[in-house]
Amino acid sequence: MTETTTTTTATGRASVAALPRRPARSLRAERILDVIIRSIVPVVLALVAGGVLLLALGRNPLTFYGNIWTGGVAAGAWQNSAIRMAPFLLIAAGLTLIFRANIWNLGYNGQFLLAAALVSGYAPGLTNHVPAWLAFALLFLLAGAAGAIWTIVPAVLKARYGTNEIITTLMMSFIGVDLASLLIKGPFHDPTTPLPQTAVIPLDKMLPPIPGTRIHIGLLIAFAAIFVVHYMLTRTSWGLRLQIVGANPRAARHFGINLPRLILTSFLASGFLVGLAATADIVGLWGYIRTGWDPAYGDTIIPFVFLARLNALAVVPFIAFFSVLSTGGDLAAQQAGLPTDVLYVLVGLILLFMTVIEYLGRRRELGQSYLPQGLRQALHLRRAVA
Amino acid sequence: MILASQVWTQIFWTSVIAGGLLAGVPLMFTALGEAISERAGVLNIGLEGMMLAGAYCGFLGAYYGGNQWVGYLAGIGAGILASLIMVALCVWLGLDQIVVGIAITLAGEGITSVLYQARFSAEQPRLGNLDSNPIPLLDRIPVLGKAINGQTPLFDQPLIVYLGLTFAFVLAWVFRRTNVGLNLRAAGEKPEALDAAGVSVVATRSYAVLATGSLAGLGGAYLAIAGTGGFQPFLTQGQGFMAIVIAMLARGRPIRVVVFSLMFGIALSLSTVLQLAGIELAPEVVNMLPFAAVILALILFARRAYLPPALALAYVRGAR
Repeated sequence: MTETTTTTTATGRASVAALPRRPARSLRAERILDVIIRSIVPVVLALVAGGVLLLALGRNPLTFYGNIWTGGVAAGAWQNSAIRMAPFLLIAAGLTLIFRANIWNLGYNGQFLLAAALVSGYAPGLTNHVPAWLAFALLFLLAGAAGAIWTIVPAVLKARYGTNEIITTLMMSFIGVDLASLLIKGPFHDPTTPLPQTAVIPLDKMLPPIPGTRIHIGLLIAFAAIFVVHYMLTRTSWGLRLQIVGANPRAARHFGINLPRLILTSFLASGFLVGLAATADIVGLWGYIRTGWDPAYGDTIIPFVFLARLNALAVVPFIAFFSVLSTGGDLAAQQAGLPTDVLYVLVGLILLFMTVIEYLGRRRELGQSYLPQGLRQALHLRRAVA
Repeated sequence: MILASQVWTQIFWTSVIAGGLLAGVPLMFTALGEAISERAGVLNIGLEGMMLAGAYCGFLGAYYGGNQWVGYLAGIGAGILASLIMVALCVWLGLDQIVVGIAITLAGEGITSVLYQARFSAEQPRLGNLDSNPIPLLDRIPVLGKAINGQTPLFDQPLIVYLGLTFAFVLAWVFRRTNVGLNLRAAGEKPEALDAAGVSVVATRSYAVLATGSLAGLGGAYLAIAGTGGFQPFLTQGQGFMAIVIAMLARGRPIRVVVFSLMFGIALSLSTVLQLAGIELAPEVVNMLPFAAVILALILFARRAYLPPALALAYVRGAR
């Protein structure tokens, strides 16, 4: 499955495309066009299809999308969207990293909630007793550690016995959600209220805002995490090994890559980042957690991680878009008398259209995909050489 | 001991079996479906969405049709429609099964919730109770057959449950003894060999995925019609994913799927049953028990959960 076999046995069209026939600038323009087509078109198609659905329900799609703009961007509402971005970005960073290795960490809900429960449980006490900066650092570390620990069982099972990580992460996720609920009802329960919730962190003990805005500094940490992940993936040998494993695990073993160790480290890193998202969300925005609260952020973020072609930097604009969509979507859905779950439809449609566009793009040889060969095969059509 | 005297009563065991069946049958239908497509080499992560589509349409059918069978048929139809997306994108075009599956789950969750709340949020209609069909003579067996306090155990179930249990045995026979079963297994184990034998891999997998969709739809419809007596957004609460786990643990063997589904069903209903028996146990503890048991078993016995080699890989003729 190497490049050489592809070029030697591919049909004429493919080998002609490989020759540098055109000047560099036009290639570059084509590539930009390609990015636009592959990234924007699925979103536009999904919005159109969603509009048709809204029409069918007797709602005006233009009003609906207008309200998304009003509630998510206009008149300072963009700050609400930016606040939501922080946990989204951190989860996206964690998923991007592990998906690059073609490993499926689908246990993000359990990792996130468990970390959130621990943070909400310890934050009120901790922020009272130690300096704020130390408390925040400890809380981020605690949440990251909780998320990472929750990936150990699937990671070890996959590394040692090749157990399918999709089932193990899903099962650990179910256990984690229940365990979080037990923690909130039990040791972390706020005794001053009969409601099953933790003590509320005082407003002045929350993550401070970025000067001049209402956005808490969790967003900066999220951006830092994105850059670190991007750096790790593109500029370190660990990142290279990760991508080789993602492209072809068998080849990776021949290269002498310690596969079990890589599986373990990538799982730990992914869980750590998902855990960080919990601190950003709890200490930055909510201040407490109640049982039954499971925002399932990861479910709706996965499509945008794919849409960004598993590129950590490219994830940022997509997550920004989704933050606006979900922040404004609350208002728009409320105005239209619909549940906010209408966003799930939009996100699902985006994902479906993305796979179709990707397929058409491959068929028409629109240009190079950003994915390594093996990942491209994992995500898309296996290349027909004949 | 107080515990012992309360637990070892007939009514306790009757309610354990009745509750296990009520919660386990939707899982069973769905996991049987997943077993078919998994054996044929298609990993169906969209099961949750297909179940919800089946649940909503099953509810609609039973509500407007006034008959549970209309509901089941509607559920099957919805499941087939949802799985057509998967057939077209994953089997025909060879796109990634996990990505498309997640998309189907998301879209299914969203669209059923939106449609339900747009139309029924005010009234939240309920469906009537289902009549059960006790099997003559067998329904006199205590614990297994005799209904107590409206708890209907194994031999006093709606007809669809008997049909489902029979279907599992038929499916086991089909896998083991028929050409169709051999083709299905070959499509997952070594699609090239099936192709070389002159059988279309794409067609085999398409039928497998359609069967999965119809069974998941039926499972969802049963959940709405018999289980909860109505539809609620996110009604399935991860049961589609549980079905995937069950099918994988059962290694695609239908009889084991039935056994595992009923075990999961019992675990799901255990907290209410224990409350009846006067034992207070947090529902979270009971909910996580089956998963914890599976994880523990995986750690202790650490054998490879067997999966077909060609699972989740699109088949492209002549590709290497």
